[in-house]
Amino acid sequence: MPEAVLQETVPRQELHLAVALDGAGWHPAAWRAPAARPAELFTAGYWADLAVEAERGLLDFITIEDALGLQSARRLTGPDDRADQVRGRLDAVLIAARIAPVTRHIGLVPTGTTTHTEPFHMSTALATLDYVSGGRAGWRAQLSSQPEQARHFGRRELPALKGSSLTDPAAVALMRERFAEGADFAEVVRLLWDSWEDDAVIRDVPTGRFIDRDKLHYIDFEGQWFSVRGPSITPRPPQGQLPVAALAHAQVPYEFAARAADIVFITPGSADSDGAGHAAQIISQVRTAESDTERARQPLRIYADLTVFLDEDEAAAGRRKERLDRLDGAEYRSDTAIFTGSPRGLADLLLEWRRAGIEGFRLRPGVLPHDLEQVTSRLVPVLQERAVFRTSYAQETLRERLGLEPHPASRYVKEAR
Amino acid sequence: MSGTKLKQVILGAHFPGVNNHTVWSDPRSGSQIDFASFVHLARSAEAGKLDFFFLAEGLRLREQRGKIHDLDVVGRPHTLTVLTALAAVTEHLGLVGTNQATYNEPYELARQYGTLDHLSGGRAGWNVVTSPDAFTGDNFRRGGYLDRNDRYVRAAEFVQATRELWESWGPDAVAADPESGAFLRAATSPGRFAHQGVSFDISGNFTVPRSPQVHPVVLQAGDSDGGREFAASSADAIFTRHSTFEAGQAFYTDVKSRLARYRRAPDSLKVLPGSTFILGETAAEAAEYAHYVRRQQVSPQTAILLLEQLWNTDLSAYDAEGPLPGFDPVPEADSIIKGRTRMFDDPVATARQWRAIAQEKKLSIRDLVIEVTGRQNFIGTPAHVAAEINRYVQEDACDGFILVPHLIPAGLDEFAARVVPLLQERGVVRADYEPGATLRDNLGLGPARPASDWAAARAEGAAAKAGLEEAVNA
Repeated sequence: MPEAVLQETVPRQELHLAVALDGAGWHPAAWRAPAARPAELFTAGYWADLAVEAERGLLDFITIEDALGLQSARRLTGPDDRADQVRGRLDAVLIAARIAPVTRHIGLVPTGTTTHTEPFHMSTALATLDYVSGGRAGWRAQLSSQPEQARHFGRRELPALKGSSLTDPAAVALMRERFAEGADFAEVVRLLWDSWEDDAVIRDVPTGRFIDRDKLHYIDFEGQWFSVRGPSITPRPPQGQLPVAALAHAQVPYEFAARAADIVFITPGSADSDGAGHAAQIISQVRTAESDTERARQPLRIYADLTVFLDEDEAAAGRRKERLDRLDGAEYRSDTAIFTGSPRGLADLLLEWRRAGIEGFRLRPGVLPHDLEQVTSRLVPVLQERAVFRTSYAQETLRERLGLEPHPASRYVKEAR
Repeated sequence: MSGTKLKQVILGAHFPGVNNHTVWSDPRSGSQIDFASFVHLARSAEAGKLDFFFLAEGLRLREQRGKIHDLDVVGRPHTLTVLTALAAVTEHLGLVGTNQATYNEPYELARQYGTLDHLSGGRAGWNVVTSPDAFTGDNFRRGGYLDRNDRYVRAAEFVQATRELWESWGPDAVAADPESGAFLRAATSPGRFAHQGVSFDISGNFTVPRSPQVHPVVLQAGDSDGGREFAASSADAIFTRHSTFEAGQAFYTDVKSRLARYRRAPDSLKVLPGSTFILGETAAEAAEYAHYVRRQQVSPQTAILLLEQLWNTDLSAYDAEGPLPGFDPVPEADSIIKGRTRMFDDPVATARQWRAIAQEKKLSIRDLVIEVTGRQNFIGTPAHVAAEINRYVQEDACDGFILVPHLIPAGLDEFAARVVPLLQERGVVRADYEPGATLRDNLGLGPARPASDWAAARAEGAAAKAGLEEAVNA
């Protein structure tokens, strides 16, 4: 019987769909939109409602943005003095923890920073999120490169990256170094998840032993930025290894994703057929990076990021975005392509990009909750009609939903065999 | 007593873990890591109108004789993640966690506790501990960098910096007014801070707006002179070891007497011993059950390991049912147990005392360990336990207790159902929570004291204490 259910609810060519939650939405004036809840951005109820709505739409997962510093209109040079945009953020891992008990299916993928923080704390926090969510946790690994964020910790100086420096060799070298630290960080996080074998807790009353200590392992990681002995304090999380995600726009981050991640979020340049061509090109770069890093894990799941403004038709969506642009005093630009149109039009675009090799999409709602509700109430039914999206949740864990090996064995078990 | 206002009894519920107090071998004992166990204890605490749930932390698995200790519960969750998840399944209960001042940084920890305070509607509390041991440091970027004597210096400055971050957004910084277009009230970047001190030199902008309590409650755990002074200068509550009624009164008087030099009122610091309990229908039944639990807590293997912690010597060749070692402990050697607070101030004297007791009562190692370590603090009928708890509080041996059940997840259920109503009848535990009350409100702490006041009073207090010591020495 379960097999029949599975066949019915999971189309063979299932399209993957996630949403990226950030503040009041991705448009800087989103908080001024009619249904926005700007006074509630720092409350549990706001985040719980968004997660429940995303789950109503049967989405794969939500991501939650975070950073160790304030938002700024000046991306690389620190805080600005704008009073007309959302400033302030709560810790994303903890928002995910607060949401977990009020949802049952949706994956929870908070952003966690790899610079300045401790891999040991990150590993146990995420393992615990996996416990409190019953195997639905993931992690989007993110670097911090802003010098002012380094001053929040006061432990090291980070040189400033100048704007449009992606081609400057000195800046690329700096970036490589930070990504190398990030990759070490992710490796330690993963080693710690493996440091307890699944069956380490034995509760053997006759011998009085709670654990079989031969199933706990020192990781003895030694690197340039930190050394970590292990084992973790937290038993192996329900999924064994949580899915790790990375947002990537260029070669160095593609390599980082290939080394560290299970999912990569890429950003094809335009929301049209040209974007599909660009997507295909990025995919081949990602695949090359994977073979260059001799990746041992399953191939990266490739999701395209897309910022969306959704209404009845293109004109209405365009008018809505223009109004927000006017309020903000500038046309909204993003690191992603921006789609402005109807849910049906978006469905067409997603399917076209999928033919180019994109497996899933992380949609960034321009305005919350409006564009999220358009996704769950309008886009999803269209995709269901076209038999490319699930009509109920069939998988229990996030790994399963992503088509990753459901519960990979600890690498220490593999070594012993 | 008529006319005298009764003190309210503060009660916390400790989720027990990695020591032999937790009876994992009992058939009723459940998972130590599944979220359902945490939910059970938290709901039980909230049903009993307790003040808060309490979760400890350890950042490296304990080792004894160079091996991971396997006889007690091993493994625990990330404190803040569990507490924040519990905010979703409770409504009034305070959520207090232990976090190291040594292997964390103020910016990150202040964000996390600020977030917990927002997401729980003002129910967050932080129990500050500090350990400089290199053993734990092996899991962190900096390793064991801190001199033992500097740990409270760093801890006090850490708490100070954290409070500065917590209040770095002004009370009305967020306008969120779509009409005027002002998300922020002022056109300067919010959350500006700069803290310069011996341990931290940090500056920039904090990301978390002022939370409901402004300052989550700060507890301090540690009974040493340095720990007491740190509590007096910096904390809202002190989590202490349970002791006899008289020793409790002496501790209470001592700690409260330190407050004046930091310009604090006596009731601004709560004294909360961690306490265990056993309930029975009759005194005899409770005593019998207490003994049964003690035998579960002290297996032969555990008896030897506990003895080793005092002797600081490998005693694995000894028989737990046989006599104690005839020689004295070896305190100067490298500690045989790692990852645990030092348990004995004077090991040689304690060991001689133990040998005397064993000889007098003809006790084996195991029976001696059962006798002299970790006996439950309150044993008896619900009426007796309620009366004792109330006596400790009303007669100033403490302000309440952090209760440590020995069974997970249901170890608090009976206390909540049978002891709490008796305390409510006496009018010393709330009949129900005040809607919207914060943890500070529930503990009777009043509004947060500004960080600058804490800092100024700490400087004055330190000067006063130095002067006092000079006078004593002169």
